[in-house]
Amino acid sequence: MDINPILLLAAVMVASTPVLLAAIGELVVERSGVLNLGVEGMMITGAVFGYIIGHGSGSAIGGFAAAALAGACLSLIFGFLTQFLLTNQTATGLGLTLFGLGLSSLVGQGATATYPVTVPRLPIPLLSDIPSLGPILFNHDAVVYLSILLIVLVWFIMFRTRAGLILRATGENHDAAHALGYPVRLVRMLAIFFGGGCAGLAGAYISLVRVPQWTDGITAGAGWIALAIVVFASWKPFRLLIGAYLFGGVTVLQLNLQADGTLALLDIAIGLLAVAAAVVWLTRSITKKAAAPMDNLLSVIILVLSVVYGLLRLAGMQTIPIEYLSMLPYLATIAVLVGLRASNAPASLGKTFHAST
Amino acid sequence: MKRRTLLATGASAAIAAALGVPARAQDKTKVGFIYVGPINDGGWTQHHHHSAMEMVEHFGDAVDFVYQESVPEGPDAERAITQMALGGADIIFTTSFGYMDPTINVAAKFPDVKFEHATGYKMADNVSVYSARFYEGRAVQGTLAGRMTQSNKIGYIASVPIPEVVRGINSAYLHAKKVNPDVEFKIIWIFEWLNPAKEADAAKALIEQGCDVILQHTDSTAPQQAAKDAEGDVYTFGQAADMAEFGPKPRISSIIDEWAPYYIDRVQAVMDGTWSSTNTWDGIGAGMVGIGEISSAVPDDVKAEAEALRDQIAAGEYHPFTGPINKQDGSVWLAEGEVADDGTLAGLSFYVEGIDGDIPS
Repeated sequence: MDINPILLLAAVMVASTPVLLAAIGELVVERSGVLNLGVEGMMITGAVFGYIIGHGSGSAIGGFAAAALAGACLSLIFGFLTQFLLTNQTATGLGLTLFGLGLSSLVGQGATATYPVTVPRLPIPLLSDIPSLGPILFNHDAVVYLSILLIVLVWFIMFRTRAGLILRATGENHDAAHALGYPVRLVRMLAIFFGGGCAGLAGAYISLVRVPQWTDGITAGAGWIALAIVVFASWKPFRLLIGAYLFGGVTVLQLNLQADGTLALLDIAIGLLAVAAAVVWLTRSITKKAAAPMDNLLSVIILVLSVVYGLLRLAGMQTIPIEYLSMLPYLATIAVLVGLRASNAPASLGKTFHAST
Repeated sequence: MKRRTLLATGASAAIAAALGVPARAQDKTKVGFIYVGPINDGGWTQHHHHSAMEMVEHFGDAVDFVYQESVPEGPDAERAITQMALGGADIIFTTSFGYMDPTINVAAKFPDVKFEHATGYKMADNVSVYSARFYEGRAVQGTLAGRMTQSNKIGYIASVPIPEVVRGINSAYLHAKKVNPDVEFKIIWIFEWLNPAKEADAAKALIEQGCDVILQHTDSTAPQQAAKDAEGDVYTFGQAADMAEFGPKPRISSIIDEWAPYYIDRVQAVMDGTWSSTNTWDGIGAGMVGIGEISSAVPDDVKAEAEALRDQIAAGEYHPFTGPINKQDGSVWLAEGEVADDGTLAGLSFYVEGIDGDIPS
């Protein structure tokens, strides 16, 4: 095995960040009862504006701010159409993606092959001094930390504040929320605006840090993965973090497995996953917490798959076609969707709200 | 309602008129290009476009140039090519391997339009194929890579598992091995020609696993950027375009696709009425494969060695696939002094001895 697992973990964090940022924004939007399928379009718009402004002004912060603003402005078009003109959300969202792809391509003409600004790394004091682990895990650029901080923040606001309660009420039953006197449309517009900003930020992370350059179609479907992760996470912030890192992890892992030529890395990854699943399953069984049947189901599935993998390895399996690995996150999403029969989705998700009805 | 119907009829009549009577009344030759990526990808497509523009410059007002970029390989390509043929194009260049079947299909419907498909092997009366012997350039790259690596680990970002890519890997490996018996190749397939994010991730994965020379068969400059940002010295090669903006380090040389002379030739043939279906496969000697300047980061003796190899290949004195060469499983492919024939090379689907891993199917 040629790679340091800690280095791999750091790569996973970077690879997951764009999807994580876009997904947390979309989670808030969907929690307010709006389905915005335009994530990909807002992301790529953010990517091109972030690149151009960041490069033009020489300031990474300027680039990210411009990207967030661009994404948010684009989302306002979607908000105006769906909330005020009551258009169909699915169709409008898809339209927004197509519009964003075209717009970015237009704006990005000529903005190629130049050097982007460098985004400085931000070592966390104390933690980054931990031998071998610290310099790698706690020495990222600020956006990586911001994305994790955002998860915590969204969780806190959504489940520990009155504003979060109103947001969720709007998403669960907009008529009841309206009857109670909450401004449904305003709440949703704000959520959409936030979601657009996050998507724009996510796009700029790709064009300013991860790649970092501008070419047409640079997001390459990351927006759709973000949408899938929101479902995978059952609309819960911390599970979203796990989902995004899982997706990013598989992406980075399959590249490294190819380069490495052995399955040693996969052994470690699956071993860790199995241990995590076992811990979840055991604690759930002991505390008999009935509220989370999904966790149990997932843990059992992971444990069974790990055992199967272990047996195959013992039987002498040396390689695995990478196609199977690339498939994994999508299979997991489908499994979760099937398991979610008693759906956790916001009840008013995707429904049109009109105050008169 | 009535007015709407009227408008619709009018519109369809206009479209029918536009489609039915191909606009070849004027004496301009209409030349169409179908690109797989955006014209500013920094690599493959950009260079095709660049060459096409040189062709346009050469002919000036005599040609009418149209192109469509970012056309996905597969069924959608058929639509794009058909549209271009309907638009009155006299000759259409389809510039990616995956356009092979769509090109053949559309060509059957438009016997009067000439088609030129890059890097494929299916021909018809009105379909020519053209490609470059990129593996000759890969031999030069392999030599440089084998000499420049400190860690003896060379990374290779492979795109789509087709013979052209496999030839490149084999050629680079053989020549790296020749100058440095300890080299090891790490190959990552990304199954796409252009995906900057994936290319960057792949380059980073290779660098993190100790590779200090990265070869790419993908279209963007993302791997160059990743190598530039890496700690320590990592060397790369420009692909399809010179990518000189990343020199003198990480980019130490490049393979440049010189399509312009061919394009000028073929369009001229259409103008003269002498066009016929041909199979062109030219290399360094004919000028279709260019070796970008070897940068100052390379020691002089290594540079001289690589240039000597380049000149030998150009002069036809040396073929990069000259035996003895064994297949990956150890069986004999080419005996001592035997040279691979074009038929075998065109369908090459195995690694040579010494490369680890499988070619994805």
